[in-house]
Amino acid sequence: MPLLEVKNLKTHFHTRDGIVRAVDGVSFPVEKGKTIGIVGESGSGKSVTCYSLLGLVPMPPGKIEGGSAIFDDTDLLKCHENDLCKIRGKRISMIFQDPMTSLNPYLRISTQITEPLRIHMGMDKKRAKKEAIEALREVGIPEPEKRVNMYPHEFSGGMRQRAMIAMALITKPEILIADEPTTALDVTVQKQILELIKSRQKELGTAVIFITHDLAVISEICDEVNVMYAGKIVERANSRELFSNPLHAYTRSLLQSIPATQLKGEKLFTISGLPPNLAKPIQGCAFRPRNQIGNSDECLTQSTPEFKELDSNHWVQNCPGCLT
Amino acid sequence: MPFLELNDIKKHFSTKSGGLFSSSNEIVKAVNGVSLSIEEGKILGLVGESGCGKSTLSRLIMQLLEPTHGSIVLEGQNLTNLNSSEVRSRRLDFQMIFQDPYASLNPRMTVWSTLSEAILTRKPQLNKEELKQNVVKLMEMVGLDKQYVRKYPHEFSGGQRQRIAIARALAPEPKLIIADEPVSALDVSIQSQILNLLKDLVNNLGLTMLFISHDLSVVRYIADRIAVMYYGKIVETGEAESLMENPQHQYTKELLESVPKVLSLV
Repeated sequence: MPLLEVKNLKTHFHTRDGIVRAVDGVSFPVEKGKTIGIVGESGSGKSVTCYSLLGLVPMPPGKIEGGSAIFDDTDLLKCHENDLCKIRGKRISMIFQDPMTSLNPYLRISTQITEPLRIHMGMDKKRAKKEAIEALREVGIPEPEKRVNMYPHEFSGGMRQRAMIAMALITKPEILIADEPTTALDVTVQKQILELIKSRQKELGTAVIFITHDLAVISEICDEVNVMYAGKIVERANSRELFSNPLHAYTRSLLQSIPATQLKGEKLFTISGLPPNLAKPIQGCAFRPRNQIGNSDECLTQSTPEFKELDSNHWVQNCPGCLT
Repeated sequence: MPFLELNDIKKHFSTKSGGLFSSSNEIVKAVNGVSLSIEEGKILGLVGESGCGKSTLSRLIMQLLEPTHGSIVLEGQNLTNLNSSEVRSRRLDFQMIFQDPYASLNPRMTVWSTLSEAILTRKPQLNKEELKQNVVKLMEMVGLDKQYVRKYPHEFSGGQRQRIAIARALAPEPKLIIADEPVSALDVSIQSQILNLLKDLVNNLGLTMLFISHDLSVVRYIADRIAVMYYGKIVETGEAESLMENPQHQYTKELLESVPKVLSLV
C-alpha cells in the first residue's frame, strides 16, 4: 500500500467569474522514500493540488469538491483541523519557492527552526536549540552555532533555502512537499540544493513531492513524473520512460520547446495559444486547441479522455488526437 | 569598428557598515573593469549569477548610472561625456527590455498610450492618423492583435505583456536593445515564443542586442557570442558554440556543469 494515496481530488474556487476548476480529478500514489514530480505551466493546478493535501487552500473562495487523500488510514481532506495540525509540519512538511517570503523576518532562525520541535514534540528550549544547530550543520551551513541566532535577512538566498529545508526536515517527516524550491535560485546554488534534498532524503527515507515547471530539474531528481495540464494529470510514467518515450502531445510539445534541445539557428518549437480558461467548463480534450504535434481533428470533443495505463506503469490521457 | 564598446568600465558603490559609533565606509565593486564590444547586428549574451554585476552593467550602458571609471562608446560617440539632455535624446537609440512585464508596464496606461507616447519621443510631428498606423504596425510586428489596442496590461497574459514591453522598446526605433532576463519570468512554452520573436526582430530590423540571462541554454540558442561575468569581471568570452563546448575558465565549467539536463537528451 502506498504511503499516501490521492484519489480523484477536486479543488474548485468560487469566484465572480464563475467556478474555477483549478484541480479537477487528480489521482496519484506516493510511495515511501520515492520522489514524485509534478510538472506543468503556471495555472495548471500543481501547487493547489499540494495545498489541498495540507488544508492550506483558503476557504472560501476555495472548496474541496471531492476525492480522498489517504495517509496512514486518515483522509487528509476530511479529517478535523486538530488532527491535520498533528500531521502538518510533523509527518508531512513543506518548503516553498521563495525563502524570503516564507521565513518570518522578525524572528531569529533559532525560533523558527525549533518551533516544530516545541509544538509537536514538546521539547524544552535548550534541547530544541541543540537540535536546531545540528540540523543547520546537516544542511551544510557553516558555523551553525553562530548562525542560529541570526535573522533571515542576514542569510543569502541559498542559505535561507537551506534553513527552510532544515526546518522542514527537523521532525523527520515521512513526506516532504517541495513547491518550486529552486526556481528563485541561481543554477550553481540550485544544484547544491537539489543534491542536499537528495542526500537528506536518502538518510531519512522521506518521500518527496517535487513541484516545478522546469523539465530538466524534474528529470534529474524524480523517480516518477506527473505532467499536469488544465487541472488534470495528462501523463504519468517513471522519469526515464517519460523523457525517452513521451506519449501525450502536451508532454512532447513541452520537451520540444526547450531551447537546449534545439540546434542553433533553427526556429524554436512553440506551443501556440494559451492554456484554457478554467472558469469555463472544458468539453472533451483540454489540449485540443493547442495540439499541433498530434492530430487535433481526432481529439475527443464530447467526453473527457480517460486516464489509462497504456504501457506497464505508463499512464496517459487516452485521447486519440493527442497520442498520434 | 564595433557598434558598442566598453572600455575598462568600473562602478563602485560605497555603503555604510558598522554601528552608529563605529561606522565605516565599505566599497562594493559591482562592476570592476569590464571591457566588451558588440558588432553591429549581432547578439551578445551575458551570463552570470545574481549579484555578479550584470544588471549594474546594463544600467551603466543605459546611462542610468554613471561609471566610476571607463568609457562607453556607441557608434564612435562616447556616451559618458554627454550631459543629461544629450543623453536623453541619444537614448532613443538604445532601449531596454526588462525581466518582469508585470512591473515594467504602467498599469494605468493602455497599449495605445504606452506605445504612442514612446513613438512620439522619436517623431513628435506625427498626426493622429499617422500615429495610429505606427501603433498598429508595431503591434503586428510583435504579434499582438490590433483589436487589443485599448486594453490595459492586467488584461493580458504574461507572454502578451512581454510582447507589449518589447513593442514599447522598439517604438523609438532604436539600434541597440538591452534585454535584461526577458524570458526568465515566463513559462517554457511562452519562453520559446518570445525567443523566436526576439531573434526575428534582430534579423529583420538589423538590431544589435545585449541579451542578459542566467540561463545558459537560452543564451547558447540566441546569442552569437557569449561573455561570462563573475564578481564584476568578465572571465571568458567567445563564440557561443565553442564557448559552450569547450569552456576554458574554471567558473564557466562549473556553471555549465550545474545546468540541469533532460535525461533523454544527454
